[in-house]
Amino acid sequence: MSIMQYNGSAVVAMVGKNCVAIAADKRLGQRALTVDMDFQKVFPVTDRTYVGLPGLATDVKTLSDRFRMRVNLYRHREERVIEPETFANMVSQIMYERRFGPYFVEPVVAGLDKKNKPFICGMDLLGCLNYANDFVVSGTASDNLFGMCESLWEPDLEPEELFETISQCLLNAVDRDAVSGWGAVVHIITPDGVITRDLKCRMD
Amino acid sequence: MDRYSFSLTTFAPNGKLLQIEHALAAVGNGSTSVGIKAANGVVVATEKKTGSSLIDVSSLEHMAMVCNSIGMVYSGMGPDFRVLVSSARKMAQRYIQTYKEDPPVRILVKELASIMQEFTQSGGVRPFGVSLLLAGVDDRGPNLYQVDPSGSYFPWKATAIGKNMINSKTFLEKRFNSDMELEDAVHTAILTLKEGIEGQMTEESIDIGVISTLPAAQSDGKAQPTFKRLSPAEIRDYLSNIA
Repeated sequence: MSIMQYNGSAVVAMVGKNCVAIAADKRLGQRALTVDMDFQKVFPVTDRTYVGLPGLATDVKTLSDRFRMRVNLYRHREERVIEPETFANMVSQIMYERRFGPYFVEPVVAGLDKKNKPFICGMDLLGCLNYANDFVVSGTASDNLFGMCESLWEPDLEPEELFETISQCLLNAVDRDAVSGWGAVVHIITPDGVITRDLKCRMD
Repeated sequence: MDRYSFSLTTFAPNGKLLQIEHALAAVGNGSTSVGIKAANGVVVATEKKTGSSLIDVSSLEHMAMVCNSIGMVYSGMGPDFRVLVSSARKMAQRYIQTYKEDPPVRILVKELASIMQEFTQSGGVRPFGVSLLLAGVDDRGPNLYQVDPSGSYFPWKATAIGKNMINSKTFLEKRFNSDMELEDAVHTAILTLKEGIEGQMTEESIDIGVISTLPAAQSDGKAQPTFKRLSPAEIRDYLSNIA
């Protein structure tokens, strides 16, 4: 079993009409043993950029702290808020810095840029960027998420429709994965603000 | 403690750092450079002074591109300028490697100024004998900055450094207005240099760099504002329009 599957996780991001959504499960386990049902895997970067970090929990913690430090330094030095695409490039660089001893995390970035254009991307644990204009998936349930997203996603979803779509994708994907699930959180990023909702789901 | 281990830049009793004063004197001996920020771009221009008519001026470079969106020119000591150009280029490339976009002019200026400051405080070194003018375009529009040997930096609408800076600045104060277009700014820059130049002004004796806010196509297919040194032929056209 790979170290990427040790704690279990599922993260997905989707593009809607002038909005983006990012969602993740909440489980933290050690292989089959569930340890925590409220483990944070999605982190706010700015008011309108979020990053999801599925993978090894210890690296999730380290990376979220490093990203917060780098983004704060950027904000102070440049006196502006980092754009999602710029942040994604920064994340990619931080990941590749550890090319020969990587963080076991496959990050997902979602946000709205300064023109309110949706931006999402995923990357592997070495920082290879994967841009998308529909959806990106990551974590132990990624195969299941791919299937769900390919059936349910459609272009130009409004924020509430996007919430419904991403929630159904995540819930049904984690139900077919033993090491993710046990609660979920969804963030819908719109030009007017972020809507955050916790989802009730199967706890078995 | 060793008698000679003091830094060369120790405060004089009057509160000045003599080495920095001397560095500024070196800048004051250097050939004049002017910079003007127009509504749609920035122009920098400098005099190419040569000691002898035997020098092949076509290979003299008094101006350098730092990255696509930023260029710089100097007054003072040529060799010191080359050192700063190479560190500025490295800083720009490091920024681009991290963020995949050109650094904002202010960020590059700050980093460059902090290097120049370090050389006023470190042991075994002397301050740089140059003042720089940086011209660039970023999200905030056109930018013109001056950086001094002390490490201080200033944003300008228009300015001059070097031998003729006082007269040139007086000239610019009369000529400058902020809705000037780039073409007018190039003319004004040439006229400013002409005021102080010794002998004939030709396309060989000045160097001009421009950057417009309009994106120019790049080799990688993307378009962005690009710093450009004018060719002798282009400078000749401007000169013939003035005469």
